Amino acid sequence: MTGDHLDEELHNHPHRHGDGVIHTHPHSHKHAHEHHNGGNGTAILTVNGVDFEYRTTKVLEKIDVGVAQGEILAILGPNGVGKSTLLKCMNMILRPKTGTIMIDEHDLGKMSGSEIAKKAGYVAQRNEAARMTVFDSVLLGRKPHIGWKITEHDYQLVYDALEKFGLSEMQLRYIDEISGGELQRVCLCRAIVQEPSVLLLDEPTSALDLSRQMEILKLIRHVVDRHNCATIMTMHDLNLALRFADRFVFMKNGEIYASCDKSGVTPQIIEDVYGIKVEVILHNELPIVVPCE
Amino acid sequence: MTKEDTQPRSYTAYIGKKITVILISVLFVVMMFFISVSVGAVSIPIPDIIGTIFGGAGTSLYERIIWNIRIPQALTAIVAGAGLAIAGVTMQSVLRNPLASPFTLGLSNAAAFGAAVGILLFGAGTTGSSIADAVVINNPYLTTLSAFVFSILTTVIILLIAKIRGATPETMVLAGVAISSLFTAGLMAIQYFVDDTRLASIVFWQFGDVSRASWFELGLISLIVLICAVYIFYKRWDYNAIDAGEETAKGLGVNVGRTRLIGMIAASMISAVIVSFLGIIGFVGLVCPHMMRRIVGDDHRFLIPASIVCGSLLLLVSDTVARTMIAPHVLPVAVLTSFLGAPVFIYLIIRGRRM
Repeated sequence: MTGDHLDEELHNHPHRHGDGVIHTHPHSHKHAHEHHNGGNGTAILTVNGVDFEYRTTKVLEKIDVGVAQGEILAILGPNGVGKSTLLKCMNMILRPKTGTIMIDEHDLGKMSGSEIAKKAGYVAQRNEAARMTVFDSVLLGRKPHIGWKITEHDYQLVYDALEKFGLSEMQLRYIDEISGGELQRVCLCRAIVQEPSVLLLDEPTSALDLSRQMEILKLIRHVVDRHNCATIMTMHDLNLALRFADRFVFMKNGEIYASCDKSGVTPQIIEDVYGIKVEVILHNELPIVVPCE
Repeated sequence: MTKEDTQPRSYTAYIGKKITVILISVLFVVMMFFISVSVGAVSIPIPDIIGTIFGGAGTSLYERIIWNIRIPQALTAIVAGAGLAIAGVTMQSVLRNPLASPFTLGLSNAAAFGAAVGILLFGAGTTGSSIADAVVINNPYLTTLSAFVFSILTTVIILLIAKIRGATPETMVLAGVAISSLFTAGLMAIQYFVDDTRLASIVFWQFGDVSRASWFELGLISLIVLICAVYIFYKRWDYNAIDAGEETAKGLGVNVGRTRLIGMIAASMISAVIVSFLGIIGFVGLVCPHMMRRIVGDDHRFLIPASIVCGSLLLLVSDTVARTMIAPHVLPVAVLTSFLGAPVFIYLIIRGRRM
């Protein structure tokens, strides 16, 4: 499968989402490739026809999403639209009612928890800080791989990851005594040592200041490029998403309203999804969303 | 590649300190074991104890005291202390509640109620008037069995509720509180209506005392504690993951609901068997884990073994003091665990430093 074919397949969701779905222009994905080497063509994760209900309330309906190797996908939409739920369905933290989720062509529905955890690393929106050191907290990411004993390979991976994330200096500090940005880095680092194909990040920047937001997202970009994995993240900050993600999924009422790349993000989509009027202006070739109200 | 190459030295040193703390505590337990066997109504010099244990060199009187009374009692204190502490660690982790202890789910009240029912139905105290006479329970095994049945029943009820409502910490703690008060009320009703001798037996049964166990009971308690402890220690990374947050744990492939449920069953089994044979021994299960949290941290790789040793030590010291403090009278150990443990714990709250 060539990159272009896959991109078209991932970007276009032919007629399944009803009339409201807005598709990207066929040429638009090329634009994204100029900025990042994202999407080298191998589909890593595909979500197919996923429905999800909390008891009797429908939360997700007929969701189809895919992400390719080297790609960052941002899931956008207002509060309560089902972004986090969708993310949790992607590694079976929540079991979808119908539909399939495939990672590396394996059906997650047929895999055990630790098999899934070797394929998908998940970072929750809120992370609790127990009395554990940074080192041990990251070592916890090896949980799906370790049996009775930790191997030298496990230690080596943790040590390397800590260095890459700039956490070596604080490896023996307790995580309930470090800052929010540092904790976020620890949690991301923990997900990396799981050696997953896909990173699922729930609001990775929500509790951080501007410089920490940039730091974390640059780190995610670096990890995706370097390890050739993929990232799916939910986000509220449209401008940060536009800056760092390759593709965007806009959700509305538990469904996918639009799926596009950078150039496909129009004021109309944002108005339809968030209900406010915006302008999308280009600044240094980066689209920026400015509310008009 | 050796450990020194891959791990930073400081991390190795840090782990080493924790292991050292545990090993030193083990040494204390061993020392305390010999002291505990040595003291009592008949004082036995430690060389004679070692001679008796390893070479049969002691006198026949010493031999009988050591093998039939002192060693079973000391070992029971070690095993019961370990069991209560490991049950406490497990419950605190799976219920995500620092106040959880082996008795949070109402197990002690259920066992006390069960014992009261046993004493009421199957005959209990003799007609003797002294305290020592009153504790003679005519059917000790039926009383124990009845206590055990009721504490297991409680566990089953809570598991059923968890099955219906999901094994969330809130569900289990709240169900425990409700069941606990139910059995307390039942116990009060029985105590109100029984005659004086039975009342004395019922009250006396509740004072936890490690001298009640002979080799047979000790073996049974040890077996259950050992099986559950191995399981719980095997799951140490799962408990660490749950500490990091429920969703994070699920993301790491931990089946949180099942881990909680089995953890609760294991902890309940330990508590039920100990409380049924020995009576209620509070404080150890609640506080030993917290003492060790303040010293070795929350990492269950170290917290579980450290709590085990701490529980053994606390109960062994308490029992030894209980037997000697107002000799020739013997206090039930449950009276002393809090007296000895609480000041140490308060000191650790104020001054404790994590490594």
